[in-house]
Amino acid sequence: MGSRLSTAIRYLTRASWKPIGCASLVASAWFLIRHVRQGPRASTDSVPDVSVVRLNAVVALLGRFPALAGVDLDVSAGEVVLVQGPNGAGKSTLLRLCAGLLRLESGRAEILGLDLAESRHAVRRRVGLLGHDTALYDELTVIENLNFWASASRVDRSMVPPALDRLGVPTRLHDVAVSKLSAGQRRRVAIAGVVVRRPELWLLDEPHAGLDQMGRDLVDELVVDAAAAGATVLMASHELDRTVDLANRIVVVAGGMVVADTPKSKEGGNDAC
Amino acid sequence: MLADAILVAAKDLRIEMRSRVTVSQVVPFAGLVLVLFGFALDANRPTLDLATSGLFWVTVLFVAIMAVQRSTAIETTDGARRALLLAGVEPGAVFMGKATAVSVQLLAVELVLTGGIVVLYDASIDEPLLLATTCIVATIAIAAAGTLMGALVAGVRARETVLPILMLPVLAPVLLGATRAFDDALGSVAVNGWSWLAMLAGFTIINIALGVLAYGVLLEET
Repeated sequence: MGSRLSTAIRYLTRASWKPIGCASLVASAWFLIRHVRQGPRASTDSVPDVSVVRLNAVVALLGRFPALAGVDLDVSAGEVVLVQGPNGAGKSTLLRLCAGLLRLESGRAEILGLDLAESRHAVRRRVGLLGHDTALYDELTVIENLNFWASASRVDRSMVPPALDRLGVPTRLHDVAVSKLSAGQRRRVAIAGVVVRRPELWLLDEPHAGLDQMGRDLVDELVVDAAAAGATVLMASHELDRTVDLANRIVVVAGGMVVADTPKSKEGGNDAC
Repeated sequence: MLADAILVAAKDLRIEMRSRVTVSQVVPFAGLVLVLFGFALDANRPTLDLATSGLFWVTVLFVAIMAVQRSTAIETTDGARRALLLAGVEPGAVFMGKATAVSVQLLAVELVLTGGIVVLYDASIDEPLLLATTCIVATIAIAAAGTLMGALVAGVRARETVLPILMLPVLAPVLLGATRAFDDALGSVAVNGWSWLAMLAGFTIINIALGVLAYGVLLEET
């Protein structure tokens, strides 16, 4: 035993191994020192101060019209932000920009740590946008639609039935053509399509629109659960009485700019900006 | 990319099968055009014989405009184009998928039209292989150029009227090559159809390459 050990030590201490050994030793020491000084790196799920959306003086055009005219916004992981403002203020445009669907005219935008100007395609795969459109094909059935979008998004199709169930879409409707659904049912299927993607950043534009009371409650539950799971939610809505309770921050947009940014206090009221 | 292209093509063809637009509207339209051309030229039988290839391909171009308009509308009606971008599907794959679906529909219509010119115009098929190859190559060229033009006009308000204005001039070389190759296949004019087919193949490759490269730019909103 002793001779084997000494042979092994002799082998490891041969001249050719020394540089490699020294390098590994230095690297290990460096890693240990960093780890001790910074503590273990946690996942983004548990670190609320990691910026998921960081916009600096962002300008975006719709045609020649500056729909966003110098937006500054910083949203941390796990936050639920209610985006408020009058019609035409730029709320939907802000959400589309965060989804990587609009080109930056000027300014700097980072979404999920990615530079939007350089990594729009990578950003798109990691966000879920619920817009005014449902993006459903009328001739296809509910399940065919969501299976298509799941495959296109590289998501397992087995996620589709639970997502539909979550949104209260009964099994009997799964094989019904989307053209035969009511507007509210279409909306639920569209929201299920976002759920299937399991996005890190939820961008919800009027998520309660067209839904009945039960559907609105389901959306509220979804938002709460998404935030609890570490996702970030940006939600544009005119339904103040419902959405204020969900949000931990209210951002007011007017004329393509953020004009007020009000974090909610723990007691439920709003702090002054 | 191939998997995405198949996914998009299968989706478009399934939508087409469900809506039955090709069967219930496009095929009857193509048949009507063929009959009307026959009425217009039947008084001069030799002229009809000489013009059969051209009439066939002009009819195919009319049908192609309808098919491309339909294909474009599928993605623009309810924001599906935006969702395709968000899903992260390669734009080149979307192009290939949509062009494939349009090609399949056009080939089905051309099959019916070939029967139509045999029955109505009394055309004889001297070279079936040349005829079939021309149909396949020209159809791919038409579908590729059409799909690209469809994406170009997708955001235009009057896209139904703008599309033919853009599409027909671009497809003029296809019409020329396909008509000449068909002349040889039907034995109506003494030309070397295979050399025209080679030109057609070159044009098809250019159309596909342009589509794969440019479709992504056109798919983006701004």
